[in-house]
Amino acid sequence: MSVPDNPLRDPQDRRLPRIAGPCSLVIFGVTGDLSRKKLMPAVYDLANRGLLPPGFALVGFARRDWAHQDFTQVVHDAVKAYSRTPFREETWKQLAEGFRFVPGQFADDKAFAHLADTVAELDEARGTAGNHAFYLSIPPGFFPDVVGQLKEHGLADGEGGSWRRVVIEKPFGHDLSSARSLNAVVSDVFPREAVFRIDHYLGKETVQNILAFRFANAMFEPVWNSNYVDHIQITMAEDVGIGGRAGYYDGIGAARDVIQNHLLQLMALVAMEDPASFDARNLRLEKQKVLSSVRIPDDLDLHTSRGQYAAGWQGGQKVIGYLDEDDISGRSTTETYAAIRLDVENRRWAGVPFFLRTGKRLGRRVTEVAVIFKRAPHLPFSHTATEELGQNALVMRIQPDEGVTLRFGGKVPGTAMELRDVNMDFAYGGAFVESSPEAYERLILDVLLGDPPLFPQHEEVELSWRILDPIIRWWAEHGRPDQYASGSWGPESAEEMLARDGRTWRRP
Amino acid sequence: MRIDLTETTANKVVAALLQARRKAGSPAMGMVLTFVVITHEAQHDSAMRAAREVSTEHPSRVLGVIRGARRGRPRLDAEVTIGQGGSGETVLLRLSGELIDHPVSVVTPLLLPDSPVVAWWPGDAPDDLAADPLGRLAQRRITDAGTAPRARTTVLARRALHHTPGDTDLAWTRLTPWRALLAAGLDQHPVRITGGTVEAVKDNPSADLMAAWLRCRLHVDVDVRPSKGPGITSVAMHSAHGDIGLHRPDGRLAMFTIPGEADRPVALKRRDVDELLAEELRRLDNDDVYEDAVQLLARSLRGGPTGAGRPTESSAAPAAEAARKTETRKKPATKKSANKQAATRKSVTKKPAAKKSATKKRSTAKRSTVKKPTAKAPG
Repeated sequence: MSVPDNPLRDPQDRRLPRIAGPCSLVIFGVTGDLSRKKLMPAVYDLANRGLLPPGFALVGFARRDWAHQDFTQVVHDAVKAYSRTPFREETWKQLAEGFRFVPGQFADDKAFAHLADTVAELDEARGTAGNHAFYLSIPPGFFPDVVGQLKEHGLADGEGGSWRRVVIEKPFGHDLSSARSLNAVVSDVFPREAVFRIDHYLGKETVQNILAFRFANAMFEPVWNSNYVDHIQITMAEDVGIGGRAGYYDGIGAARDVIQNHLLQLMALVAMEDPASFDARNLRLEKQKVLSSVRIPDDLDLHTSRGQYAAGWQGGQKVIGYLDEDDISGRSTTETYAAIRLDVENRRWAGVPFFLRTGKRLGRRVTEVAVIFKRAPHLPFSHTATEELGQNALVMRIQPDEGVTLRFGGKVPGTAMELRDVNMDFAYGGAFVESSPEAYERLILDVLLGDPPLFPQHEEVELSWRILDPIIRWWAEHGRPDQYASGSWGPESAEEMLARDGRTWRRP
Repeated sequence: MRIDLTETTANKVVAALLQARRKAGSPAMGMVLTFVVITHEAQHDSAMRAAREVSTEHPSRVLGVIRGARRGRPRLDAEVTIGQGGSGETVLLRLSGELIDHPVSVVTPLLLPDSPVVAWWPGDAPDDLAADPLGRLAQRRITDAGTAPRARTTVLARRALHHTPGDTDLAWTRLTPWRALLAAGLDQHPVRITGGTVEAVKDNPSADLMAAWLRCRLHVDVDVRPSKGPGITSVAMHSAHGDIGLHRPDGRLAMFTIPGEADRPVALKRRDVDELLAEELRRLDNDDVYEDAVQLLARSLRGGPTGAGRPTESSAAPAAEAARKTETRKKPATKKSANKQAATRKSVTKKPAAKKSATKKRSTAKRSTVKKPTAKAPG
């Protein structure tokens, strides 16, 4: 945002934060969970950190018969309940003047005319200067309606130097062809640099830290290849079931819900070569390059696994199985656990399998990337001394308890020479004061600043569907998911899948 | 947990830290810096609390150093605390007897290996921070001119004469949100600024720094006018199209003014010390922009008596002059300060433009004196 000839700005002056220019954020589906629990608090936290422009406006659009005051009350409650930073009356005052609510349905022309008026009124009263971001926090089925309406009512084109942006959430389609048609709908109206695909995982500090960890240090990159790395495990485990999201989840499943975006993006960050620079374009180029070198196994039966959680005990609570959940058919073949092996065909990674797994109702909630190293080529110890010695590992913990663990062998105290694995832990600090923003804060600010480095472009989305489509198709044609006990680490078949490669899953 | 050690040594304190960590069940350390707080009996409580707050963002070992009475035998007492809010370790060290002249001998063994040291003087501090034995250990030396009993800007200017890269003052940190908004205002309306006005409670070093920063960056005259406070109440940058400015009468909510647009409220709360410190610790390199601003401020004060209207200035000149003399006497003692002198010299010679505005400032000060009766406190 900085104008180069602003004499108050100095590249040396790194205290000065980037404040977004005057603008508004229009949220469709403002009554939803995501909006109340994440978006509204994130907007407030940004304001509290002094990163929103004076005059910032928040417009809600939903099928409710609300006045501005009702909307203000909803935001107030959401902010009080979920914001990260303390509630301050003065911050609230700054924000509340810019709240507007537009009631209506997505097909309703009048509502969108009303929205257009509201936006114009904001330009006048709040000085938002024609800069508006539209956040589609709605099921993708409604995208064509909303995007079409935005176009029809002239909301999609900024005049003069102003901008219009659209923000969409995952899932970006449910396979390659649907992703393409979704993209066609959006890119028909908005130019590609105005489309922001939000994957909140990529806004996490620790995900960004993978890049810092790999490319800012000298000691890890030399061993970051097939000479030293045996294999890599990327895990995202959830302890909860599908909750009330049956309608969304059934028919989608773990692979589409998590692997397609989160895990493949994590894999790309772990496996990519160093980018020419950290700007959006170069990062994307490297990610695309590595995603296009991914090869799926020839025999999908042997190197993939899927499961459905069965009834059982999770974390001390008795829970029901997936097929018994409300609104789930007893014959559903939707997987709640998915594990796949992928290979990267380039010089750095040839022969190093990447194992990706995700599931619901697993042992505990954890996301991590574990780089498992080869054993030392020669151990000058007796066999008994090294019996308990495993492989060295470097684990990047994404959540919770963000940090890095290094696992290596150490001598057990005593007279005998006996070696055992020990952990060296690094934690990214405990309760941060103001420095560790929520992923959504970072992402919303990036949208308002027009700064896309963390957002996947359509090419990446297409590439990841290319990887996943054959696997999902094969699953659909061959049998059913295996059952696994809730609170365990997945189905038996997942263990067998790794055993075939002579490896075992790490207990995360 | 807390361990009290009386009549102890630094080595025993190190052992106690290790023991406390073991007992807490976490032998791993993720601490990123050592935070030395140079304080005294009367204020150590609040200072250590602020430092502990900061260690939640910057896990650190906090060493509070209290230099007691010179009378009696040399003696060291220590309180070691781990956990209890804050994510690092806290050691309060009480020195007395001859030991008060050798605090470095106590602190050195307690510094975390190979990581930065930050020194903070919550109250009064020496003029030459880098020459202070504890200051010399630190990469970053934080003072707070706002806590001086009077002539606060003079205190700031005196320290500026000895400015060494790494010196910083919370009077500057307090300005960051103001500066961010002013810069954003100029981003939105890139107009030519012809002058500025800062209004603040009397003897507010932040206000003088703000004026110096604007003068430094914009090369225009900036008036500082007294108001009823609290702190800075308004900053305005004048242009042919109107003012870009911030007006904050209550220390919490400000009005943001931009030419041709309605005023808008913006939260601009006066921040607590721990928030200021957390900002300071985010970057440990030299703050060049601060150095430029504070040097300009010091030069404009040193420039001789300029109208008696501003008590801070009239008293500043001789004091600053005296400080400079002692400095010249002291200088050749260490290699470090020789380097520093070179650095100071460089920064003086490289800025003819800034010097010019320093001269301008004197005339500004005179003018503001004349105007003073009309310059009423706005809120």
